[in-house]
Amino acid sequence: MRQSEHTWFALFAFTVLAAAIYTPASAATHSADFMRPLGPIADMQRTELFWATVIVMVAILPVFVGVPWILWRYRRSNDKSEYAPAWHFDTKLELVMWGVPAAIVVAFGIWLTQAVFRIDPYRTIDAEMAEGMNFEIDGPPVVVDVVGLDWKWLFIYPDEGVASVGEMVIPVGRPVSMRLTTDTVMQSFMAQGLAGQIYAMPGMVTRLNVLAEREGTTVAENTQYNGTGFASQRAPARAVTDAEFSAWIDTARAAPPLDDETYAQLAKSGDVAAARRDLGRTGSGPLAFALPDPMLFGRIVGRYRTGAPVPPEQQPGSHSYDPEAARLPATDKGMSDGND
Amino acid sequence: MEMTDIFGRLSWADLVLLDVFRSPSVDTAVSSGAAWIMVLGAAAVLVWLTVAGRWGWLWRDWLTTVDHKKIGIMYITLGFIMMARGIAEGVVMRSYQATAYQGGAFLSEEHWAELFSTHGTVMIFFVAMPFITGFMNYLIPLQIGARDMAFPVLNQISLGLTGTGAALVMISLALGGFETGGWTAYPPFTGADFDPGPGPDYWVWSIVLSGFGSMFSGLNFAVTIYKMRAPGMDYLKMPVFCWTALCTSILLIFALPPLTVAGLMQALDRLLGFHFFTNDLGGNMMNYANLFWMFGHPEVYILILPAYGIFSELTATFAAKRLYGYRSLVMATMSIAVISFGVWLHHFFTMGQSPSINAAFGIATAIIAVPTGVKVYVWMATLWRGRIRMTTPMVYMTGFFILFTIGGFSGIILANPAINWQVHNTQFIVAHFHNVLLPGLIFGIFAGIHIWFPKAYGFRLHERAGTITAILWIVGFAMTFLPLYAVGLLGYPRRSAAFDDPAFLPYMYVSLTGAFILLAAFCGLFVTLWISIRNRDSLAVPLGDPWDGRTLEWATPSPPPPWNFPVIPQVSSLDAFAKEKAEGKPYVQPAEYRDIELPAPTSAGMVVMVSTTALGFALTWWIWWLAAAAAFGLVAYFFVRSFFEYPHIVIPAIEVQRVNEAWIEALHLCTPVNRDHEDDPRNRGHAATDMAIAS
Ligand code: HEM
Ligand SMILES: [Cu+2]
Repeated sequence: MRQSEHTWFALFAFTVLAAAIYTPASAATHSADFMRPLGPIADMQRTELFWATVIVMVAILPVFVGVPWILWRYRRSNDKSEYAPAWHFDTKLELVMWGVPAAIVVAFGIWLTQAVFRIDPYRTIDAEMAEGMNFEIDGPPVVVDVVGLDWKWLFIYPDEGVASVGEMVIPVGRPVSMRLTTDTVMQSFMAQGLAGQIYAMPGMVTRLNVLAEREGTTVAENTQYNGTGFASQRAPARAVTDAEFSAWIDTARAAPPLDDETYAQLAKSGDVAAARRDLGRTGSGPLAFALPDPMLFGRIVGRYRTGAPVPPEQQPGSHSYDPEAARLPATDKGMSDGND
Repeated sequence: MEMTDIFGRLSWADLVLLDVFRSPSVDTAVSSGAAWIMVLGAAAVLVWLTVAGRWGWLWRDWLTTVDHKKIGIMYITLGFIMMARGIAEGVVMRSYQATAYQGGAFLSEEHWAELFSTHGTVMIFFVAMPFITGFMNYLIPLQIGARDMAFPVLNQISLGLTGTGAALVMISLALGGFETGGWTAYPPFTGADFDPGPGPDYWVWSIVLSGFGSMFSGLNFAVTIYKMRAPGMDYLKMPVFCWTALCTSILLIFALPPLTVAGLMQALDRLLGFHFFTNDLGGNMMNYANLFWMFGHPEVYILILPAYGIFSELTATFAAKRLYGYRSLVMATMSIAVISFGVWLHHFFTMGQSPSINAAFGIATAIIAVPTGVKVYVWMATLWRGRIRMTTPMVYMTGFFILFTIGGFSGIILANPAINWQVHNTQFIVAHFHNVLLPGLIFGIFAGIHIWFPKAYGFRLHERAGTITAILWIVGFAMTFLPLYAVGLLGYPRRSAAFDDPAFLPYMYVSLTGAFILLAAFCGLFVTLWISIRNRDSLAVPLGDPWDGRTLEWATPSPPPPWNFPVIPQVSSLDAFAKEKAEGKPYVQPAEYRDIELPAPTSAGMVVMVSTTALGFALTWWIWWLAAAAAFGLVAYFFVRSFFEYPHIVIPAIEVQRVNEAWIEALHLCTPVNRDHEDDPRNRGHAATDMAIAS
C-alpha cells in the first residue's frame, strides 16, 4: 500500500505546517480589544472564553489524538492489529459517549447562565454589581445616547449638553449607561475593549452598560453591514481621567451647536470626513458639538413612531434623502410609548 | 404604447455587459467580464448542442426524464456549475481583502458587497442544497429497494424550481446586478426605501421560487421513505443515510415555509407598499430576523445531516466493519432534527432580549452539541478494530474529523451569549460557518462522489488524482479559514471592505494563499474526472460493487437499469447485502420476472422552470404583462393536464430478464477480488468480502 503511505506523510506534514502558521493573536496592536479588555464586562467575557475553551477540550482532544492513532493502528496493511467486523455495541462505551458531552454541557450551561445574568447589557452598573464582580466604581454614572448614522456614530451626552461624531469619550471608573438607536438601517454597536455588541435599530432603543477601569482606547465599530461606507464606521472610544473628561466636555460646549438643520446635514450618508465638509468645518478628525436640545435622542427615535408614513426623502440613509425635507418631530413623545 | 409597458423598468443602463465600455475601470472590467463569461459560456453550450446534434439527447434523456437517478445527477451538475461561480467569487473576495489594508482595494465597495451577497446566496441555495438534494434523489430509492420516488413528476418539478432560482441569480449577473445585503438580506437595508431594486427583487424571487422546490423535495423524500421501503425493511433496518435523509426531509418541510413567508412579506413591502419590515408605520425588522433564522438554523442541519449519512456509510465500508452504534446514530440524528427548531435565536443574542431568553437559547444550542459529539465518537468507534483503507473518501473523512471538530468547537464557544456578543458579526463567524460547511458538508459530498460515481457511471474515479485533490481541499481550507478566527477575535467585522490594523496583514496573506489552493483543489476535481474518463476501461466496475459495499444499491449493476431492481428485494436485516456476502449467498435471483411499469417522460418540469423564471424575472423588473402571461401559462398547463391520465411505459418481463441475466452471467465469469486489489484493473465490481473472514 505505497499510495496510502504517501497520503499519511502528506497529512502529517500538513498538520505541522498548519500549527506553525496559525499562531495566536498578535500583540502588535495597541488599542484595547476582546483579548486586552479595558473594563470588567469585557474582562468577564474573556474569562468565559478561556473556561469554555478548557472544558470543550475535554470532549475534542480525544478526537484529535484518537483519530490519527486509530487510522494508523488499524490500517489494512497492519495485520497485527485486531479485527472485529461484527462488533457494534458496548453499553459502557455508550454511557461515556453520551455522558461526557452531556456533563460538559451541564457545566457550560450553568456558566453561561450566570454570565448572561451578571453582565446583562441592560443592567445598570451599580455597587451591588461592583461587589459581585470585584471592581470599583468611582463617581456618578454618565449617560451616553448613541445614534448610528450612515457611516458614523453620533454620541450624545444629554446631561453634559454636548455631542460628538467619530469619537466616544468616557471617564475611567464611572458607569456608562448607553441608549442606542439608529437613524437609518439596522446597525450593531461594538466596543470590544469595553463590552460586546448590541444591535441599534431605527425607532427602537437598546441599551448597553459599560465601565472602564483603566485609561486606554478601543474601537467603537459597527458590525452590521449598512452600505458602501460600512468599513469606515469605526470611531475611537477613549477612556480618560475625570479631569480630561471635564476638559473635553468644556471644549465641546464651545463648539457649534447640533441644531436641527445641522443634524439633518449630519444624517446624510457619508463618513466623518464627509460630514465635516458638509458642515463647512475645516481640519480633520472627530467633530464636537454643543447640544441645545437634550431630547434630541428621543426625537430621533420618535421620527419613526409618529403613526404617519416617513417617505424615503425624510429617511436618512435612503438614496433620495433630502436634508431640507426631513424634519424631526418636535418632542420625544413617540419614544415613550415603547422601549424595546 | 410606452417602452415601460413592454420592458417595465428594464433599460439599456442595466446591461452589465456594457458597463466596461461605458466607463472602463478594473471594477467594470471584472463585473462585465463575469457577465461575458457567463453569456459566452452559455452560448458555447448552445452551439455545441446544435453542432453535435445533441438537442434530442438532452431533451429526451435528461430534461424530460423522471428517473430519480438522472434527476439526482442533474442536481449535482447544477451544484458544480454554480460552485464554479461561488468559488471564483470567494477567491476574488479573498484577493480583495488581502489588498484592503487602509482601504483602496481593486474593486468598488458596491461590487464587494454584491460579491459576498451572491457568493453566500449561491453557495447555500444553489450549491449546497442541490448537492444534498441530488444525493438524496440518487440514493434513497436505491437504498430502500424502490423503483423511484413516490411522486416522480413532482420530483422533476422540484428540480425545475431549483433551476429557476439559480437562473435568476445568474441573470442578475448580466442584467441589473444582485442585492448587497448578504445572503440573509436583512431589511430595512434591502427594503424599497433603501434599495429600490432590482437586486433585492432578484433575491426574493429566486429564494421564494426555489424554496417551493425544496419543500416539495422534502415532502417527496419523506413519503418515499415512509411508504416505499422494500418489504422487510423496518425503520431500524434502514441504511443510516436514509435516516439522515428522512430527518432532512422533515426539516425541509417545516423549515422552508418561514423563509418563503419572509420572502413574500418582503415582496409585499417592496411591491405593494406594505410595512412588515419598514422603519415607519410599525414595521419591524426583528420579525424578519426571527422568521429568517427559524428557517436558517434548521437549514444548516438540512445541509449537514445527509453529509453525516455519507460519513456513516463510508466509515463502515472502508473499515470493512459493521457500523458501531446504529441506534445511537439514529437517535442522535433525530434529536438534532428536533432540537434544531429551538435554537434560532442564537443568531441574534445581540438584539436586546432578556437574559433568561438568551440563557435558554444558549443552553439549547449547547445541547445540540451532545448528539453531534456522539456521532463523531460513533464514527471513531466504527473505525476502531477495523481494517481501514486510506482511499480518497477516507482522506476526506480524516480532514472532516479534525477540521469539523474545530468548527464544532467554535460553535460551542458561540453558544455562550457572553462570548457571542464579542465575536458575533465578525470574521470569527465567517471562519466558523465555512469551517462546518466545507469540511462538513462539502467534504462529505466529495467523499460521496468518489463512492457513488462508479455506481452511476460504471467506472471508478482515479484514486491518486482523487487523493491529491482531497489533500489540496484540506490544506486549502485550513489556510484560508483558520486565520480568520484570529482576526475575528480581534474585532474585524464580517462583510467589511477594509481594515486599518497592520496586525491583520499576515493572516490575510495566508488566507489568500489558501484560497488559491482551494481554487486548485476545485480544478483538481475536474482533472480527476478527466483522467478517470481517459482511463475508464481500466477503472471500469460494471458489475456494481467496487468497494465491498453494504447496502442494496451495491447489489445492482453499474449503472443500474432504469427500473433499479428486476424484482423488489426482500430485506431481513440491516446492511442486507453485506450480510448476504458474509454468508456467501449474495445476488439472490428472482424466481420469476414480471412486466415493470415506469412513469413516462414529461415536460412538466421544463414548463414550470421556464414559466416561473419568466414570472420571477417579470416581477423583478415590473414587466406586468409577462408576469400575467407566465402565471396564466403555468396554471393553464396544469389545468389542461389534469384532464389526462398520466402515461406509463412498460418494460416487458423478457427485457428485464435479459438485462438481469446478462449481468449475473458477467458476475459468474469474473473472479471476485479482495480489498488488496481495490485500486486495480482487476476490480470489476465483484467483491470478495473482508467481512467473511471473521463472521
Ligand atoms: C473557495 C472556497 C471559499 C472561499 C474562498 C470563500 C470566501 C468567502 C468570503 C471572503 C466571504 C465573505 C466574508 C465576509 O463577509 O467578510 C464568504 C462568505 C460566505 N461564504 Fe464563502 N467561501 C468559500 C466557500 C464557501 C462554501 C463552500 C460555502 C457554502 C457551502 C460558503 C458560504 C458562504 C456564506 C453563506 C457566506 C456569507 C455571505 C454573507 O455574508 O451574506 N462559502 N466566503
Ligand atoms: Cu443556528
